[in-house]
Amino acid sequence: MELDPILLSRIQFAFVVSFHAIFPVFTIGLASFIAFLEFRAWKTGDTLYTQISKFWIKIFAVVFGMGVVSGLVMSFQFGTNWSAFSYATANFLGPVLSYEVLTAFFLEAAFLGVLLFGRDRVPQGVHLFSALMVALGTFISSFWILVANSWMQTPVGFELQDGVFHVTSWITAIFNPSFWPRFFHMGLASLLTAGFVVAGVSAWYLLRQRDVVMNRKALGTTMWVLLFAAPAQLVVGDIHGLNTFEHQPTKVAAMEGVWETERGAPLLLFAIPDSANETNHFEIGIPKMASFILTHEMDGEVPGLLEVPAEERPPVGITFWSFRVMVAIGMVMILFALAGAWLRFRRRMYASPLFLKGLAWMIPAPFLAVVAGWFVTETGRAPWLVYGVMNHAEGITPALTGGMALFTLIGYVAVYAAVFTGGVYYLVRIVRQGPEPADAVHAPAHAKRPLSAADTFVDDAAVSGARS
Amino acid sequence: METTIDITLIWVVIIAVGVIAYVLMDGFDLGVGILFPFAPGETSRDVMMNSVAPVWDGNETWLILGGAGLLAAFPLVYSVFLPALYIGVFLMLAGLIFRGVAFEFRFKAHRSKGLWNAAFAIGSAVAAFAQGAVVGAYIQGFEMDGLSFAGGPLDWLTPFTVLTGIGLLAGYALLGATWLIVKTEGDTQAFAYRVAPWMLAVVLLVFGAVSFITPFIDPKVMERWMGTWQYLWVLPALALFSAWVLIRAVRRRDEGIPFVATIALFITTYLGLLVSKWPYVVPPDYTFWDAASSPDAQLFILVGALFVIPIILGYTAWTYWVFRGKVTPETGYH
Ligand code: HDD
Ligand code: HEM
Ligand code: HEM
Repeated sequence: MELDPILLSRIQFAFVVSFHAIFPVFTIGLASFIAFLEFRAWKTGDTLYTQISKFWIKIFAVVFGMGVVSGLVMSFQFGTNWSAFSYATANFLGPVLSYEVLTAFFLEAAFLGVLLFGRDRVPQGVHLFSALMVALGTFISSFWILVANSWMQTPVGFELQDGVFHVTSWITAIFNPSFWPRFFHMGLASLLTAGFVVAGVSAWYLLRQRDVVMNRKALGTTMWVLLFAAPAQLVVGDIHGLNTFEHQPTKVAAMEGVWETERGAPLLLFAIPDSANETNHFEIGIPKMASFILTHEMDGEVPGLLEVPAEERPPVGITFWSFRVMVAIGMVMILFALAGAWLRFRRRMYASPLFLKGLAWMIPAPFLAVVAGWFVTETGRAPWLVYGVMNHAEGITPALTGGMALFTLIGYVAVYAAVFTGGVYYLVRIVRQGPEPADAVHAPAHAKRPLSAADTFVDDAAVSGARS
Repeated sequence: METTIDITLIWVVIIAVGVIAYVLMDGFDLGVGILFPFAPGETSRDVMMNSVAPVWDGNETWLILGGAGLLAAFPLVYSVFLPALYIGVFLMLAGLIFRGVAFEFRFKAHRSKGLWNAAFAIGSAVAAFAQGAVVGAYIQGFEMDGLSFAGGPLDWLTPFTVLTGIGLLAGYALLGATWLIVKTEGDTQAFAYRVAPWMLAVVLLVFGAVSFITPFIDPKVMERWMGTWQYLWVLPALALFSAWVLIRAVRRRDEGIPFVATIALFITTYLGLLVSKWPYVVPPDYTFWDAASSPDAQLFILVGALFVIPIILGYTAWTYWVFRGKVTPETGYH
């Protein structure tokens, strides 16, 4: 069998970028949370905030580390596997990615050192400032990378000369039609991710009666954020979808599973799309709802997949189901946010085991939603690299053989499996070990380093039980 | 147009400075990793790792800038080098991944500490070797079909590139050792004093061999050094002088001079390489000007670069200052 370098490169890109994406989406939200905690600590002088912050900084360090190394891979993926694409789009993507490095990565990297290791070396205000700069850096980074991706989705502001893109208007190209919805959708996704992880971990501690005061504070704060972010995501997601409907109707047709252009299209809750026969099996849907959501008219027209030739259609099944996974998780998130508000109002938020258990189980959900969301966006774009202008075959590296692509694909899977296992193992250990006792918060850092291996043996439950 | 400034030339300077900045800065922290297995004991390893822990991420960011900057300013380089070095790039990235996570994991590990020691050391060594091989591959030149690379997957791996790989490996180890001389004391420092001359010996051997072979690989290089540009010989002379200063300083147990002399050695060697190949950036046929992106794109990012790079240098210097002074077993960062 002939190995197809294009297919293997697509799988490789999807794999490495999905792996990468789960870390930044968490650290973007968590960096803001840490900056907020450091700000409260600085403002109120309450060491409780410092204690929470110190705990989450430990987690942040591990996750950020994995984000950095997997991101390093990303910046070379374009060149190794998609060199023709890189060459053609360099006039736009080159400057955009360079701006990301210049304005975001250096900022994050430099202040990260001070945030992680400098607590005893700089005044508290400077440490707070470093936390703010790291948080700012993560948002600037998402700004630029989403500019790049959005431009590939909805390319504008350029002209083609001999197969090379030349920018005619930087402003138009940067603020391309799908940029703002994507930026806000992704920003909220980051807040939701960090929010549900912090809430879930705090709930897990509360269920075990560990560090009760601290974890109540952490849970209480994040539930406010979630109460705002979860419903907001629905609204932004809807705007995002309408925007896609306007600019990438084929993608929306795949998301909704619409084959024939129709008026009054139903909103499908379940279906098994069948690309070979150009139809769906086992449809269950709400009549006319898809038309209503997309056109705000019960009888609005939704163009179907059959409008474009078969080779320009995305893989419908993946797009369709990923979309449902994301939206379903979004709905469950709203449910949790509302339940939290209701329980808070009844003054039972910290005492309802069902709610706390549910939160702990929700920890993986945001990651799943994020990866599913990207699968909608990216598979829905296929077969285009630059929507409507350049497809996969035109962008691939000419000298790339199937064997080379397979070799590195297997390599990345192996390397990431090792790194991921290690990362999860240490994260779980940090969580099990629990936060430092409040009275250690002001002890000089060097008292603990050489002993920290021994820390692991301290019986956490007994110590923290006595403390709370 | 003739009277306007040549933006491409400015970009040549920025990329050239960026590359050497990366080599020097990530070089010393990779070097610390290369020396890791030979350190006198686990406490010493803690110290070694702590000496670079707060700054390595910033150092590595220069590599990312190199990648993105090439894409922005010289896309032909980006879209030829990466396919041509495909397997080598993968090995380098795999190495950088393992050593990168080792920083976080090792400090939290207990039983598995040995595993992350190995990951840190092997990752650093593989990354350093692969980067050295890249230099060799660049000197060799690339087989092209129009504007795309047309050679095979292992073109980058030849006896010559293995030689340059070993050279950079030893060079980074030398940078690492002289950095440790500055940043540590006691056992660790004594260890660094001991290994530095050995590393220097390897570097000089490879340096000699490469200088001897290169003119035979590329006739343009021969012409450059043997032709009218004879004053170029000042560069290798300065390199040898730096080596002499380095050795003397190590003998006298000076603390700062070895590091500075190593930097001087790197810079002079690097300039020698640049002038050998000038103005070709995708040898044998394409110059910087052939490889350039559109003037408009170069200008767009230049504005930002000129504005932001000084600020970056400022806060980078500040973080080095925050973490100034000797690192001791008591300086726990984690
Ligand atoms: C919306 C967010 C987002 C998305 C979609 C991506 N990234 Fe990312 N990336 C980040 C947000 C981010 C971040 C939050 O800024 C990270 C996480 C850890 C870090 O250091 O910065 C990061 C790290 C990071 C790094 C290492 C930076 C460092 O050393 O500090 C590189 C080179 C990239 N990314 C490149 C990419 C590429 C080429 C992507 C797309 C194909 C990509 N990222 C998708
Ligand atoms: C960070 C989260 C991201 C995830 C999880 C993600 C996911 C995916 C997936 C699943 C594919 C495969 C699509 C297919 O082949 O059908 C893909 C392809 C691709 N994406 Fe993304 N993507 C992300 C971000 C980005 C960004 C920010 C960019 C651009 C700057 C980008 C550029 C590409 C390119 C070049 C391809 C390869 C060609 C292709 O198969 O379409 N992606 N991505
Ligand atoms: C609540 C209902 C939601 C709706 C209606 C919605 C809508 C959408 C739509 C239409 C897209 C595709 C846009 C395009 O490709 O053009 C998308 C993508 C995406 N969604 Fe959602 N979404 C929802 C919830 C969520 C949640 C809860 C998360 C994660 C926590 C999330 C994360 C993402 C991500 C990461 C992408 C890919 C990047 C992008 O294109 O913005 N979404 N969403």
